[in-house]
Amino acid sequence: MSVLIFAENWDGKFKKSTYEAISYATELARQTKESVTAVVIGNVSDEDMKSLGKYGAQKVLSVKNDKLNTLSPSAYASAITQAVQKENAKIVVISYTYSGKSVAGRVAVKLKAGLIAGATALPSSTSPFTIRKKCFSGKGLTDVVVSSDVKIVGLTPNSYKVNTEDGSAAVESFSPTFNDTDFASTSKETKKTSGKIALTEAEIVVSAGRGLKGPENWGMVEQLAELLGAATACSKPVADVGWRPHHEHVGQTGITIGPNLYFAIGISGAIQHLAGVSSSKVIVAINNDKEAPFFKAATYGICGDAFEVVPKLIEEVKKFKSAH
Amino acid sequence: MKFLVCITQVPDTTTKITFTPDKKAFNAAGVQFIINPYDEIALTRALELKEALGGTVTVINVGSASTEANIRKALAIGADDAIRINAEANDAYYVAFQISEVAKKNGYDVIMTGKESIDFNGGQVPTMLGELMGLPSVSVATKLDINGTTATLEREIDGGKEVVESKLPFVAGAQKGMAEPRIPNMRGIMTARTKPLTVVEPVACDMLSGSAIFDLPAAKGDCKMINPNNVAELVNLLHTEAKAI
Repeated sequence: MSVLIFAENWDGKFKKSTYEAISYATELARQTKESVTAVVIGNVSDEDMKSLGKYGAQKVLSVKNDKLNTLSPSAYASAITQAVQKENAKIVVISYTYSGKSVAGRVAVKLKAGLIAGATALPSSTSPFTIRKKCFSGKGLTDVVVSSDVKIVGLTPNSYKVNTEDGSAAVESFSPTFNDTDFASTSKETKKTSGKIALTEAEIVVSAGRGLKGPENWGMVEQLAELLGAATACSKPVADVGWRPHHEHVGQTGITIGPNLYFAIGISGAIQHLAGVSSSKVIVAINNDKEAPFFKAATYGICGDAFEVVPKLIEEVKKFKSAH
Repeated sequence: MKFLVCITQVPDTTTKITFTPDKKAFNAAGVQFIINPYDEIALTRALELKEALGGTVTVINVGSASTEANIRKALAIGADDAIRINAEANDAYYVAFQISEVAKKNGYDVIMTGKESIDFNGGQVPTMLGELMGLPSVSVATKLDINGTTATLEREIDGGKEVVESKLPFVAGAQKGMAEPRIPNMRGIMTARTKPLTVVEPVACDMLSGSAIFDLPAAKGDCKMINPNNVAELVNLLHTEAKAI
């Protein structure tokens, strides 16, 4: 038996969230004394597939098919399901990215498997199989108990640390069968937000709100983000008035994130916003209102004018970067 | 064209979340319930498409009688009729299974949901519905247009967007950007009272998962305030104390 992990790739390259999921699966397999098999769908080099051994995968099932170079949720789910059956896997780990979300539910239905949609930790118990996840958009936590034979863990990106060891995975070609209905929807075009770091995967996020007074003032936010290798984000009002695109909106009705470090610049910290960022490990709030609720949720706070503090911060980060 | 929009009710976004003392359930006392914001976006887009292409919009909900006020609100916004499956939503699979059993009988062209509910945030109903009904699904769609028997959707992917073409029928989960939610007008509220709301009983369904215990996140420690004239101290603390840079 093995723990199966869907090793998602993006344009032929694995993402950090994939390594997190393999590391997670490896720890699970250690507890249940099983091995880890990764399923790779699409065009990834043998070298890259073998390198999954560094994160704990013993075996890679490689599914290559010209129709599968872009995401087709139904076809991907068919392939993963057949891999689960081939390996007789009882636990399936899928990183809960946009792609992962699109396939996890389908695999769950095909296998009649209970799904933890957004796990944030290893199981607290394997019998009954219990895993903690966030609920109410981060305002609460819940222990989900899965009672089915096969269990699927949808692992929230940025919630488990990547572990590396020595090793190389054995790559095996795998040819699942597909139905015509697997291809009823097709990808026509991808539009990449060029050169930017995906918000859900970013280690550091620099976010700003209405306190910046207008979209023309985002230059310093972007500059700070670039210096730190961070993604940029914003609050709901800013996205609503169109200063920033909707896909940058973090909060209860936006994206929920959990980076290592979150900068909140000129964001008051309404309960809906905090819900989306509360799992950040370290929060820095910069606000000119000392009563801003964000100061209650932050690790570090600076009460001051963002237009003075942020440029100083940029200078200090530059100094720090050149010294380290 | 027949549209089906799946809606659920959730605590208002300003709600301070608490749980019962035994931690086994959400404490609903004094909580205002609203239509899940993403479902409202789905409903609005369905209404816009119906106005352009003709047809009907049906809303469906899995819930007890207590959800009827919000179902009537959906009718007031403009849906033509409603179906309530008389059961407590257990998990995503249960909800998707119950809806699929009803939807299979009625032959809808477009099935829409929100991309997720803001209470359990699983985001699995659109995907599971697609699988249960043998239909394509786009779980997080920011755009939806229909031309004849083909739909063009824009879906969110990590670090960008993807344009997807799908045959009808299909299932789509609505994300912000697809439409601006509508506020019901007086005429809508008046007519909603007499629009058909059918109650059906659930069918037998496997229970695959459930929530056992609820908890609140650990409270953060005190915020360390730093003098705005000493920003260097912040960088130093982020490096030496928080080890975040």
